[in-house]
Amino acid sequence: MSFCVNFPLFCVVACLLCAVISSVLKDKAARLVSMGLTLAVLLCNLFLLIYILQEGSSVTYLMGHYPHPWGNELRISILEPLFCLAFSCVLLLCLLGGRKHIKDDLREEKRNLYYVMADLVLSSLLVLSYTNDIFTGYVFIEICTLSSCGLLMIRQIGRTTLASVRYMIFSLLGSGLFLLGVVVAYSLTGQLLMPSLKASIASIYASGEYRTPLMAAICLITVGLCIKSGLFPFHFWMPDTYGCATPASSGILSGLVSKGYIFFLLKIIFDVFGTEVFYASGMQNVLYAFGACGIVVGSVSALRENDISRMIAYSSAAQIGYIYLGIGISGNLGVIAALYHILTHAMTKPALFLAAARLSDTAGGARRFKDLQGAGWANRTAGAFFTFEAFSMIGLPLTMGFISKYLFALAAFRTGVRMILTLVVLAVSTVLNTLYFARTVIRLYNKQETELRPCPMKKQASYAFAALLLAGVNVGCGVFVRPLLHLLSKGVDLF
Amino acid sequence: MLQNLWDHRIACAAVVLFAIGFATLLLHRNLMKKIIALNIMDTATYLFLTSLGYISNRTASIITDGVTEMERYVNPLPAGLVLTGIVVSVSVTAVLLGLTIRLYQRYHTLNLDEIYMMAQQEQEEDT
Repeated sequence: MSFCVNFPLFCVVACLLCAVISSVLKDKAARLVSMGLTLAVLLCNLFLLIYILQEGSSVTYLMGHYPHPWGNELRISILEPLFCLAFSCVLLLCLLGGRKHIKDDLREEKRNLYYVMADLVLSSLLVLSYTNDIFTGYVFIEICTLSSCGLLMIRQIGRTTLASVRYMIFSLLGSGLFLLGVVVAYSLTGQLLMPSLKASIASIYASGEYRTPLMAAICLITVGLCIKSGLFPFHFWMPDTYGCATPASSGILSGLVSKGYIFFLLKIIFDVFGTEVFYASGMQNVLYAFGACGIVVGSVSALRENDISRMIAYSSAAQIGYIYLGIGISGNLGVIAALYHILTHAMTKPALFLAAARLSDTAGGARRFKDLQGAGWANRTAGAFFTFEAFSMIGLPLTMGFISKYLFALAAFRTGVRMILTLVVLAVSTVLNTLYFARTVIRLYNKQETELRPCPMKKQASYAFAALLLAGVNVGCGVFVRPLLHLLSKGVDLF
Repeated sequence: MLQNLWDHRIACAAVVLFAIGFATLLLHRNLMKKIIALNIMDTATYLFLTSLGYISNRTASIITDGVTEMERYVNPLPAGLVLTGIVVSVSVTAVLLGLTIRLYQRYHTLNLDEIYMMAQQEQEEDT
């Protein structure tokens, strides 16, 4: 079983290889390669998770057996395989569920390139989770940016090109700041591997010297990754980006890519700065404030939007706010809530994008609410899944959304930090969530005179399967909470 | 104070360059200028990183004339990082320029505001 520790490296290399091979394959072959790869990555991470749980301790994997200052390292503890498992699962279901739209939205000769980009996104998500070297992290942040931009601009209409330019500019601003932060940290410590960085930073902090550069490094790295993951006030690229991409891309970008950056940020907070130094810097208060603002502003913008995809995109901005709110509550409980919400959002948002695209197909491609009236009756499968996922976003019991809101409230109670404020923000946002999702669902099931053409069941098999699995995982994790929470809390202890 | 600034003149230059890039990126509406600004920002970071790795009177870390003493050579790691960074920024610039060409072919302008307005109009005409 100890062979399992090689899996992360194998997965990354396989992703890169498959990306190269897919670029010369035909559309269908590329799709099969990509899906097979994602399935293999999923299984590898499952085995790895089981192995680590049996061992009960984290493993540092030396690449090429070169020890500490020379080599590059991967680190495998509980959270890394768990999140890679979730990411690859969602990616697989996005590709499966969005298959029809990938076919319709893209030109035939470009379709295999879509799967190349998907493979590259998967590889960068894996590296961002597993790497133990901050500069490797930077390189794969850039690969992630480029490939997710590829997923976006491959649908060639004017708006996607504009959206990808905006997305690129914001992303590059973020990675520029991140790189500068890494360089400042390197100039202070002379280290790039996370454990040695952490040791040096702890000793620098204890000696009381270089406080300002240390704070600058923390600020730059945190702000850089916040911009990339779309925290308020840097969320303005979101509606355009998620609103006009092909639905599978919207799902991948909102559910996985931005989550990958947040996971990497958490890794840096725990493994590079150490929670003590990070909390002493006061950055968590900034994250808390912007997270809370993001929740309210995102929800209000979603309420004002009358285009279904853009509404879901604004709701993403609000959900990112939740995650940063959790990090800002400072303490392991808050981080556990944030991690759980990453999973919730990764499971829910892609399903919403896919269902919304199906519904707007039944209405002849219209995406305004007034044209979507009654679409839920015309396409019952998509309507039912949309309604379910909307319930999960609102946070009805038996879904993951309920548990994450419960966890945020619990974290606020237990730690007692800004308890009232957190509860008020949660309450306000739940009301707003309910308002805009209930409005959408009611519109979808509102009978009107001009009947919409019902969608034949046969065309939806792969979508229905993907949506069913996403909803199943959602209910499963929402009902059997204890094992997952146990894993997360153990993972945070081992981080 | 002035002595301190002079001692860290390269770091100061890097900060100034970064600020110029950052401000241009946020304030200018012209896409080409934005791309140039991004490159200036990256260059500032590389300048800073290179200056960290340089020690005067030492040479690049390639063994010459069989001399293997460590005191003869500079730290190769920052140079390696800069090279990686340059590769990244070249590819990013290429993608951005490609996107710019596509936008220009469609909207015949490089001003982001104007492009945005036209895209908005297009969307309204569609629906």
